[in-house]
Amino acid sequence: MKLNKIILSFVSALVILFSTSVASFAKVVGDKIILGAAISLTGKYSSNGVHTQNGYNMAVDRINSMGGVKVGGKTYKFDIIYYDDESNPKRAAQLAERLISQDGVEFMLGPYSSGLTKAIAPVTEKYGVPMVEANGASRSLFTKGYKYLFAVLAPANLYLDVAIDLAVEKNGGKPVTVAMAFEQDAFSQDVRLGVLEAIERTGSKKVIDDKLPKELNDMAATLVKVKQMKPDVLVVSGHTKGALTAIRQISEMKVDVPMLAMTHCDAAKLSKQHGKNSQYALCASQWHKTLTYKDNFFKDGMTYDADFTKEFGYAPPYQAAESSAALLVFKDAFERANSFDKVKVRDALADTNMQTFYGNIKFAEGGQNVDKPMVLFQVMCDGDKCENKVVAPTKWASAELIHPIPSWSKR
Amino acid sequence: MKDNLILYIGILIFGIAAPFIFPAFKVQLSILCVLIVLATTWNIQGGEMGYNSFGNILFYGLGMYLCASVQVGMFFPLAEWTESGGEKTFVHTPTQFFQGMAVGLLVAAVVPTIVAGVIGYSILGLRGHYFAICTLGLGVAAGEISGGIEIIGAGQGFTTPPFPDVGSLDSRGEFFYFLSFFTLVFTFIAVRSIYPTRFKLILNAIRDNEDKAEAMGIETMKYKIIGWMISAFFCGLAGGIMGGLVGYIDSTDVAFDGREMGVFMVLMAILGGKGTLWGPIIGATVFHIFKEGFWTFFLGWQYVALGVLIVVIVIYFPEGIMGWLREKYPDRFGEVVDEKDRKAQVELK
Amino acid sequence: MDFMVFQYPMISVQACLDGVLLGILFALIAYGMALQWGVMNIINIAQGDLVILGGYIAYFMYLYGIHPAWGVIVAPVIMYFVGIAIYKLVINKVVDRDLFISILATFGISILFMQLMNFAFGADVVLANSDYGTTMLFNNNVVLPNSKIFSAFISILFAICLVIYMKKSKLGRAIRATAQNARAAKILGVDTEKVYAATFGINAALCGVAGALISITFTIHPYMGLPYTIRSFMIVIVAGLGNLPGVAMSGMGLGVFEEFADYILGTEFRIGSVFLLLVLILVYRRFKLSRKREYLK
Repeated sequence: MKLNKIILSFVSALVILFSTSVASFAKVVGDKIILGAAISLTGKYSSNGVHTQNGYNMAVDRINSMGGVKVGGKTYKFDIIYYDDESNPKRAAQLAERLISQDGVEFMLGPYSSGLTKAIAPVTEKYGVPMVEANGASRSLFTKGYKYLFAVLAPANLYLDVAIDLAVEKNGGKPVTVAMAFEQDAFSQDVRLGVLEAIERTGSKKVIDDKLPKELNDMAATLVKVKQMKPDVLVVSGHTKGALTAIRQISEMKVDVPMLAMTHCDAAKLSKQHGKNSQYALCASQWHKTLTYKDNFFKDGMTYDADFTKEFGYAPPYQAAESSAALLVFKDAFERANSFDKVKVRDALADTNMQTFYGNIKFAEGGQNVDKPMVLFQVMCDGDKCENKVVAPTKWASAELIHPIPSWSKR
Repeated sequence: MKDNLILYIGILIFGIAAPFIFPAFKVQLSILCVLIVLATTWNIQGGEMGYNSFGNILFYGLGMYLCASVQVGMFFPLAEWTESGGEKTFVHTPTQFFQGMAVGLLVAAVVPTIVAGVIGYSILGLRGHYFAICTLGLGVAAGEISGGIEIIGAGQGFTTPPFPDVGSLDSRGEFFYFLSFFTLVFTFIAVRSIYPTRFKLILNAIRDNEDKAEAMGIETMKYKIIGWMISAFFCGLAGGIMGGLVGYIDSTDVAFDGREMGVFMVLMAILGGKGTLWGPIIGATVFHIFKEGFWTFFLGWQYVALGVLIVVIVIYFPEGIMGWLREKYPDRFGEVVDEKDRKAQVELK
Repeated sequence: MDFMVFQYPMISVQACLDGVLLGILFALIAYGMALQWGVMNIINIAQGDLVILGGYIAYFMYLYGIHPAWGVIVAPVIMYFVGIAIYKLVINKVVDRDLFISILATFGISILFMQLMNFAFGADVVLANSDYGTTMLFNNNVVLPNSKIFSAFISILFAICLVIYMKKSKLGRAIRATAQNARAAKILGVDTEKVYAATFGINAALCGVAGALISITFTIHPYMGLPYTIRSFMIVIVAGLGNLPGVAMSGMGLGVFEEFADYILGTEFRIGSVFLLLVLILVYRRFKLSRKREYLK
């Protein structure tokens, strides 16, 4: 006797609990198409996770209110099951498994960040669940031969290599010296790879190659080295934290570099937090509101910007825009497939060739979007009012690149 | 013992049948098994020996990286596998995968054990909170440092070999479930066999009063190291399995995940009742069900819930579920209670 | 490995100065920890989170247009009451229990705080701009942001005030008496419960000051607390309890160590090396103690 009764009753309680919590959702219920998404609502990516979620929600509302998705003569509406992945790849993989095998979701939206997408992709691939993701830019996602992974964004290695090219161009075609500081995470390290390739291609030289730990809030050491080595370009990438820390310390330590290239400037609200100190920073972005792309749902970038600001109270960073675009892609694919069969939808996704407010979308073999170039914008201030203006590529440029950055003593 | 036999067989049958009864829950069940292994082995040195470690995550993470590295390194160049975030694709044949996994798990269990033995002499000399903080530091340091090592993927993470295509869609889940379940059985048998021995009594003596134990002529250091090595062995094994199950290793978020796994294993053991055989098992199960069942409904508030849960458990139930049961139904635990004496004691309190 | 720091002497000077200024800030946090550890025998894992919370207070003042330097005064006042609240709700229940219980309970508080801060302020990295400018030394080869100098100055000021307060005031004497022997103090009429609450409040207030300074000097976000806890723990271990000059010295030592580790090992190992140093110090301490064969109590 003794313990047995307790433990046995415990085990049977377990059995009952498991068996009652059977799958209560399915891919399509009534007139709803249910998509699954694991999003970082807590943890270190949560601010960007919320941008992603807002982007998804915005598009869902818009598509639903504008007639929904027409499949087989019937109109369906989108609905998303969200789970919180805690910014943790392990949790993200578990939740993907859970969405698919327990909630019966057959179509997925991506999480925020490359690391988490890397963790989820094998799961969706195994079950053959099409996933359109908007925030996993790591190049290694697209070389694995994943068939069910589609990314509306350009791979991470294309973020800042343009900046190096630009610097070389401004240097009269001669090689430049580059200082790099990248956070230790999948995305930033991939950006680094792109920069390294650009350095090699242009025959330039890297003089500093620092990796920043994830909890770092002090990069003085790197900047002291920059002061000493005087490189032509300083490249910093580390999500929003990297951008903010870099600008603060560059301005405080009066570090002069001819070109400062970064990522995540708009998500970090650089111009708001730092004002004039952030001036001249060159930022890579997947999207900018002044781009002239158009679609039926959000019209164009400026309208999207206004609508988003009205709804959520802040200007949309590109993370939100690309997330909204993911839903447009799904809608388009469902309608062309005219079916909810996973393989048919997958094939329709692979054939996608459309324009959204966010950019043209056309997937390559590996799943990355090849029809949308990256843009570079520069923070430019007029008095105390700072704005991000596109400077490259020239097709959309609304301002001329200011190069080299004037030294601190002259500002 | 005879009664228990029925129970054991029942659990064993349930364990084997579980993935077929609840096919959708295979991954969660596998994780449950891993959690039980971690809690049970934490209990050996945390509960029985009284050395509360936050650093068992070190062995878990080490096992995870080792298992994956060996599995890859046996057949392909490891540096190329992890280069540029795992850009190149190599495919394991089923034989290669399972061979690699077997050798990998062996290494993942043995190396952390050796590491525990080597560092144990220095670290187990620390007492109480010094030990706890030291192990906490060890776990975090390991995570930060491994995040800077290129060959295991550094900040870009390490994608473990994907499960080979052996036909059925369910085979991956079943494989990992049975792997973790039998590891659990193995762990349980090992821990169970420790319980009636003198070794366990020595561990308890160390917990209750180390100086007196030493004065009695027990070489406490030797036993402390052995106790820690046992924990390390199973933690490494659990880590190796978990690495394969998750499929992607990140230094601070998956492998040396002190903030989550490192705390969870302590919490589960305390929740169930440390210093008991069944406590950690019950603790882990309750915790996991709570986590899987309610976590997702909190959508963001789960860490608030977790924080409150930790505080409440620690303050109000430091003896855990088993301790509570034991107080309530002492006769079921084979304790003879003299009611008079008990009442007298209660009054004294 | 990179020995650039030794090739350019000016970088060494810079690293030393940066380290010392940073270390003073660490020492302030560590002083709070030493206080509560000495008085109530509690190790507070949430120390770093209290620091970050203090930083958010300064940040909020900055957001509403008040100069963040005033946070140095407002943050400790608010944090004092936060500290008292934490004491009343949790800490007073674990004071005379096993130390591990206090570690785990404060770990719970730490997780709770992190998440609540995440909800309240978002996971964004934020900072408060002081616009204090920069001091250039040695022909512009060494730069010191004035905010760092300011924060070191304020830290020293607060430490001195506290020392005087401890020496002169009634409560300060009661705290010191309780630290020496809680039971004897109780017998002599000291309300130890009140002393404990005040100690924890003072500790939280110190964290608040440090946090405000950190938000002026560096950046803060909700998940950044643990390294500050570990650093202060380490400083206290090296210095010993109730040894303020020791705390200050080892704080600065740690700051300099970190800066040099950053240059030599590479930035990616900076935090890792701090934690590893902790382990090494503890192990060294164990061998030193075992030679003396000292008994704890």
